[in-house]
Amino acid sequence: MFSEGGSFVKGMLLGGLFCLVVSLLASFSPSTESGSEDHHNHHHVKAASKDELTHLSDSHIKELSNQVRVYCVIMVQPKILVYWATAAETWSKHCDKAVFYTSEQSKALEAVDLNEKDEWARLRKALKHAYDNAGDLRWFFVAQPTTFAIIENLKYLVLTKDPSQPFYLGNAMKSGELEYVAYDSGIALSYEALRRLVNIFQDEDKCPERGRALWKLSEDKQLAACLKYTGVFAENGEDAHGKGLFNSKSVETLIKDSMSDNPNNVVEGCCSDMAVTFNGMSPSQMHVMMFGVYRLRPYGHNFLDSLVFLPPEGSEND
Amino acid sequence: VTLTNTVTGRVPLSKDGRMADELYKKVRILCWVMTGPSNLEKKTRHVKSTWSRHCNIVIFMSSVDDPDFPTVGLGTKEGRDQLYWKTIKAFHYVYEHHINEADWFLKADDDTYVIVDNLRLVLANHTPEEPVYFGRRFKPYVKQGYMSGGAGYVLSKEALRRFVGGFKTNVCTHTSSTEDLEMGRCMEKVGVLAGDSRDSMQRETFHPFVPEQHLTHKFPKSFWYWRYCYHPISEGPNCCSDLSVSFHYVGASQMYLMEYYTYHLRAFGYNYRYQSLSENNKILELPPCIVTGSQTICDRLKCLVVLVNILQLLVIYLSP
Repeated sequence: MFSEGGSFVKGMLLGGLFCLVVSLLASFSPSTESGSEDHHNHHHVKAASKDELTHLSDSHIKELSNQVRVYCVIMVQPKILVYWATAAETWSKHCDKAVFYTSEQSKALEAVDLNEKDEWARLRKALKHAYDNAGDLRWFFVAQPTTFAIIENLKYLVLTKDPSQPFYLGNAMKSGELEYVAYDSGIALSYEALRRLVNIFQDEDKCPERGRALWKLSEDKQLAACLKYTGVFAENGEDAHGKGLFNSKSVETLIKDSMSDNPNNVVEGCCSDMAVTFNGMSPSQMHVMMFGVYRLRPYGHNFLDSLVFLPPEGSEND
Repeated sequence: VTLTNTVTGRVPLSKDGRMADELYKKVRILCWVMTGPSNLEKKTRHVKSTWSRHCNIVIFMSSVDDPDFPTVGLGTKEGRDQLYWKTIKAFHYVYEHHINEADWFLKADDDTYVIVDNLRLVLANHTPEEPVYFGRRFKPYVKQGYMSGGAGYVLSKEALRRFVGGFKTNVCTHTSSTEDLEMGRCMEKVGVLAGDSRDSMQRETFHPFVPEQHLTHKFPKSFWYWRYCYHPISEGPNCCSDLSVSFHYVGASQMYLMEYYTYHLRAFGYNYRYQSLSENNKILELPPCIVTGSQTICDRLKCLVVLVNILQLLVIYLSP
């Protein structure tokens, strides 16, 4: 009996040791994820305050308008055609350059055909393509068409940030030791971050194309892991009051949550006035958001923003 | 019992709300909301927390008095067949207690969302002495048309006087419970004009459904809506003015969503495609540069425009 117990204990010890070594090598652990509030107190990026913005000179403003232009990388698939079409008809028109990257070509809509089924490999190819075709654009926004983005508010967030510095922003989450930006609420990358990323794509050890052998990680975590090697870390995008700008839920859900959590202050307790993204809205809800953001307003309230963004050409719903 | 808005009217919003503040003083609106005891918790309190705060005065009308909410008791029963009775009594109540405290008198349901600032814009070019009322105009049954009840409608002070006068002289009576139609019949009888509430691009401002339906839904051709609308219907983006006034069938959480879309969520720096005529016509408004000596180009240009306008006015005034 004792010798069986002894082998059992020895077996457990060996197994435990093996697991530890493997975990250290892989440097991940499949532990539960926590929201941004719990663990990372040091990776936030806040939008500039009102005061910071009112003291900008005219030439500086002109420079910033140019610098803050965005290249949108929109990852689509024919199986979500209606979302693809909705993104094309709505928010993507506000990107300075919007390119749709698909897994396979669709007859209905135009996109760069990456001809790639693996999601991580597809994302890598799209990012490489964006980097090669950036022209003089210095900010990149990666999203799926199930996300609705207000690009002007992304510009507001990064307005005074230097794109020749590495920035990797969005809804920052934590998985074990790895901080990453959630895919479903959009990922913003500065030119420098993308440059470093494209560079490390060539390192098959640190950033393998066909994913890690042990656990198949989601693309957003793989992205974070690769970026981490280049010294770029995920940061939570927030407004001047510290409210998150990138939302993984729909606005309807967030309002309902706020009705439970802050019944006496539902709207203020819900979402930022300068929110950048919402996720999980139906196509018709996205059309309503388009109307709500770019058209509907109360007469007589004028915002004196330091920058002006004009409506896109040939569009009717904004 | 005088039940007025306890919040002192203005809900603070943005950097420059001067135009809105001016209109708040010039175009005084009393809003009365048609409701009942069983709706207070699930619907009406969300109206109270959202759009009704932007009215100069708001009164919640019910069949029973409720000093806590508070609601005014009209002494009727509840039910669809009481709708016109409640409307008649509500307008009489407002006439008796508040006629001198407001210029315009809006009726809304507890599932109507109203953007009061935009209503003030529609009314700004009219006077309360005109016998006129505004809403979403329907065409059947009444020669000049009548206004949809659910989308809300607003009477001028003179229109309210004539409504009450009509009942005094029996020109208007309670003929049926179809509130909006009967209101339309009475208005026509007492010589109150059915106004045109559309914006400068002929887009409707009062809406009988939620934004989602007007913007994305394709109503079947057999649907009553097509036969009822006085003006041609637009589906898609042209359905609705940027400066829309009302939507109907708005549920509890949607009240907050509408408030968020209207008064909170916006696109930084966005220069709206549609600018109403008055948004452009600010001739005598002094720009910040004169007041504060600010140096931005934008302000300098505004300064120049104002000076040119003033010079033009002087030239006109001084020329023989």
